[in-house]
Amino acid sequence: MVTQTTEPVATPTEPAAAPKKASHVRVSTAQAVYIIWYRDVLRYGRDRTRLVTSLAQPLLYLLIFGVGLSSSIGRGALGGSGAPSSFSYIQFMYPGIIGMAVLFTAIFSAMSVVWDREFGFMREILVAPISRSAVALGKALGGATQATIQGLVMLVFAPIIGVHLSVISVIEVIPLLFVLAFSLSCFGVAVSARMRTMQGFQVMMNFLMMPMFFLSGSLFPLSGLPAWMTVLTRFDPVAYGIAPVRSAVLGGTGLPQPFVDRVAAVTIGGHAVPLLLDVAILLAFGMVMLGVAMRSFRHRD
Amino acid sequence: MATVAALSSQPDPTVDAAIAVAGLVKRYDKVTAVAGIDLEVARGEIFGFLGPNGAGKSTTIAILCTLVKATEGSASVAGIDVARHPDDVRARIGLVFQDPSLDAQLTARENLTFHAMVYGVPRSERRERIDRVLAMVELTDRADAVVMTFSGGMKRRLEVARGILHAPEVLFLDEPTQGLDPQTRARLWDHLRDIRQATGLTIFMTTHYMEEAEWCDRIAIIDQGRIVALGTPDELKSQVGGDVIVLQTDDNARANGEIAARLGVTAVVDGETLRIEVADGAAFVPRLITALSMPVKTVTVRRPSLDDVFLKLTGRAIREGDADGMQSFMRAFAARRG
Repeated sequence: MVTQTTEPVATPTEPAAAPKKASHVRVSTAQAVYIIWYRDVLRYGRDRTRLVTSLAQPLLYLLIFGVGLSSSIGRGALGGSGAPSSFSYIQFMYPGIIGMAVLFTAIFSAMSVVWDREFGFMREILVAPISRSAVALGKALGGATQATIQGLVMLVFAPIIGVHLSVISVIEVIPLLFVLAFSLSCFGVAVSARMRTMQGFQVMMNFLMMPMFFLSGSLFPLSGLPAWMTVLTRFDPVAYGIAPVRSAVLGGTGLPQPFVDRVAAVTIGGHAVPLLLDVAILLAFGMVMLGVAMRSFRHRD
Repeated sequence: MATVAALSSQPDPTVDAAIAVAGLVKRYDKVTAVAGIDLEVARGEIFGFLGPNGAGKSTTIAILCTLVKATEGSASVAGIDVARHPDDVRARIGLVFQDPSLDAQLTARENLTFHAMVYGVPRSERRERIDRVLAMVELTDRADAVVMTFSGGMKRRLEVARGILHAPEVLFLDEPTQGLDPQTRARLWDHLRDIRQATGLTIFMTTHYMEEAEWCDRIAIIDQGRIVALGTPDELKSQVGGDVIVLQTDDNARANGEIAARLGVTAVVDGETLRIEVADGAAFVPRLITALSMPVKTVTVRRPSLDDVFLKLTGRAIREGDADGMQSFMRAFAARRG
């Protein structure tokens, strides 16, 4: 009872007991990107229900919207004169819905940045001796991977829609979906890096994501619109992602190529934007957003 | 024992300190969170930062962890300047936050694997090191369970395991046992001391639990951005006037006279007992008993607590800051106040 002695709890001060030098080396930026990406993909793979449920919304659009409008619009009504009579609205809409799956997944996976912040894991990442830019890029690539997979899963519905995909069109679609997914993922991370709460992110995203979806040409052709809407659609980066995907998906169906080009392409001043320019515009948008995201990460806490 | 030097001892500049802080100041717009702190922590020491929230301890730890930049002064951790080489410092420190920072959807092992990868632990060593730290905190059997299923105490233990996984030189713990029940808290402390024993790790922690501060080798009491006292728990408590000895004999009046004559200290008659304040009660009791000519009926030695020390030094009880104490230090400095 008397003694709370000053017995020092065996403080190792001798060199022999000194902490052994850590044998680790600092990870490179590329490794750091990979680690951040790997965790997001690991979580995505674990969450099987998410893969299934996130298909529900695009399917709902495709089946209800698509079937409903196909019936009322009628065949051959899209694409002006020379439209093949076999071409229906649902076939037009199908590539747009693939794009929608990519858009929604890319944005929602960026929510993990806000989620990580709210549940504390972001601190583990931010105090680690890795570059903050690598964190932003890893997050963007993680979201892009998930969104690309979600988009590709949508391809299984092609036979039901009456779109016959060739191997070549599938091979074309993969990189095109990835570019779209990556750019939108960068955008999502740029927004989420500045958001403090989940609610804030959701409100923000509804204000941005839904207009981006509606103006992208997913649901209707971007030609013959009122002037104001034409301008808005040309400023929607998603439009430059949907156009090449639509061209690739419909290209393998046996529809005449000039018709496919006409119905798919975004026109600026009457000229159709070529595929490479579509990709370039999309990537430029993605890069700017990635820059914004990296900046936010670097200047955080 | 260099690390438990007397209060007046000056830090030896030749010692390769784990943490060295000189003239540290952190000012936010109008608030001075840290008002000039000098500090040296030896390697292998368990050092406690004690004070209410808002005292500046959270800001100081954030500066040492390179999460916040100091306004003035310098700080080095593991011999590296925190302002000039923050990434090198981060690679050499472990951090355990007050709030959980685990990925609840991953397993314990996956959380540790992520950490090992980020800190560059070579692949060949990962598995063995992860197994070792899991064993240290007795979580081996839960290694492959998803963290979501863990109790609060298990999560904290896992965070400690993660904090030491990359063999850091200094482990920072911010209110490590906040919100844990006393049993879990004591167990976590056992783990921490075992780890220190095994690895020679330096531990720097903040707390506002007095009981916890007692487990540290040395404590700095911080108030309003300044260190108001620094020393071993016993040294700090001796500032209050040492121990209180309560004595009961058959003849207290005569005993009082003998104590004054033979031991040179003044006892106070307090009812049926005599109270004596001495610097070192444990050493005084044998002298006291031999000095007295009459049999002693009872003798007790009561030691002042750190609560008494804090109260004496600051004029306030430490618990006043409790409402703020619920905040984590990350949130605390996000709100621009340490």
